[in-house]
Amino acid sequence: MLTIENLVKAFGTKRAVDGVSLSVERGEVLGFLGPNGAGKSTTMRMITGFIPPTGGTVMIGGHDMLADPIPAKRLIGYLPENAAAYPDMTVRGFLGFAADMRGLAGDARTRAIARVVDLCFLDSVLHQEIDTLSKGYRHRTCLAQALIHDPDVLVLDEPTDGLDPNQKHEVRNLIRELGTRKAVIFSTHILEEVDAACTRAIIIDRGRIVANGTPAELRAMSGLAGAVTLKARGADAARLAGLPAAGSVEPLEEGALRVYPKDKDAAASLARQVIELVVSQDWKIEQLRSEEGQLDEVFRRITLPDTVREAAR
Amino acid sequence: MSAMRPIWVIVRRELASTFTSPVAYVFLVIFLLLNGFFTFTAGAFFERGEASLASFFMWHPWLYLVLVPAVGMRVWAEERRAGTLELLLTMPIAAWQAIIAKFLASWIFLAVALALTFPAVITVNELGDPDNGVIFAGYVGSLLLAGAYLAITCMTSAMTRNQVVAFIVSVVLCLFLILAGFNPITDLLTRWASPTFVDAVAGFSVMTHFDGFQKGVISLRDLVFFLSVMGFALFVTGVILRNHRAG
Repeated sequence: MLTIENLVKAFGTKRAVDGVSLSVERGEVLGFLGPNGAGKSTTMRMITGFIPPTGGTVMIGGHDMLADPIPAKRLIGYLPENAAAYPDMTVRGFLGFAADMRGLAGDARTRAIARVVDLCFLDSVLHQEIDTLSKGYRHRTCLAQALIHDPDVLVLDEPTDGLDPNQKHEVRNLIRELGTRKAVIFSTHILEEVDAACTRAIIIDRGRIVANGTPAELRAMSGLAGAVTLKARGADAARLAGLPAAGSVEPLEEGALRVYPKDKDAAASLARQVIELVVSQDWKIEQLRSEEGQLDEVFRRITLPDTVREAAR
Repeated sequence: MSAMRPIWVIVRRELASTFTSPVAYVFLVIFLLLNGFFTFTAGAFFERGEASLASFFMWHPWLYLVLVPAVGMRVWAEERRAGTLELLLTMPIAAWQAIIAKFLASWIFLAVALALTFPAVITVNELGDPDNGVIFAGYVGSLLLAGAYLAITCMTSAMTRNQVVAFIVSVVLCLFLILAGFNPITDLLTRWASPTFVDAVAGFSVMTHFDGFQKGVISLRDLVFFLSVMGFALFVTGVILRNHRAG
């Protein structure tokens, strides 16, 4: 549905986006992660045709955004950063305007407005001016605008930014639900959202893609992935380190021990070996946990500038 | 969907937004008060003893100098400031449609303001027997003049997200268009420049081209002048917006 190839955007000599290629098919929700200033918004602005790329191509459902922008734009629903909306319009007026701009008329227009009002829970503020709305409602109004023409491609720039935890939860559910029928790409720097809503995630840093995979694949890149944390009376670090699959053993607070796998292949059998050891030694287990690896650790490790990474070592 | 439909949708939105704001009505009142003051007091409407609206139209280039930039300064600056520019230009429309639409909406508003001066026409018809053809030509010229200023204001408004900057730059540019053909200035120029040069400079002035309308003459040359100023300024608006997006 959405394919971008080798996208480049240079501002002066600085390359804000430097050769990004990705594609999103119907039924996929792609999380677009990266630190601030990594080029997420710039990439999304190029996808939606707001800014022209310095190089590369953007194809939306077979239409080239550069050569033939209007049919391409028709297929996209876009929630810009900060959820911009005309402050002096009412929610109803604004959605009506969006519907008109999308060429909806008559019955279809009425139905489309009713549908997005329902979807984004805007019933109670329908006749309020956007200016007077809370941030959460303003966000959802702008999201409703992006959904009004039931687009095949949804581009959402930080859709949960500034929402409270309940609203975040609602929006994530909505994104996941929409993702079953559409191609969705959304940017965020909240990592838990990747698990909550994405089928796939891309991490971008300084304009380049540095990681691309399912949330589980990304987590597996963590050094923690596959490690076993054990808290048991009588546990002996030396015995644990002696297991065939074990690498190093790290003591944690309160007497817990963390056993890291020797390598990626060993990770699968480590937990079983630890349990067998515990049982044979008759240690009294208080806690036993197999670690999945944490996204924020992966994120930090691959997006820290080299100098900071050196210093952290 | 025809090319006209999105233009009409944006014009409607802009007008609705204008007329729901109290600023619009404040503007209309100020516009009419100033027009009244200049026509009847400064323009000595009664003392002239002639049945014409000459004292009404003669002030328009100066009156519009401040009032038109005040209307047009927000056109693009506000879209840029509020971030709605991104929303608007990612809709399935071409940039030129948005540019024309936003210009038209403000021009319609100015036309409404101008139309509300109709009591002046009634007054002069009650008191005497004016040539209404001349008055009609004056209105056409005045509307074109406002359009030219407005297009220039749209252009400067696209350059900045700050409305005050847009206002000041527009006033300066429009002032230049007045002064190039303003008699005290052209007289000064004739002292050291050739008459052909002075004429050429004056040819760029709105004064030179507004003159004919005030006399009741709608000439093709003057029409072409005002329409080209508008066309040029709106074209440059497009270039500025494109460059802004390209970064």
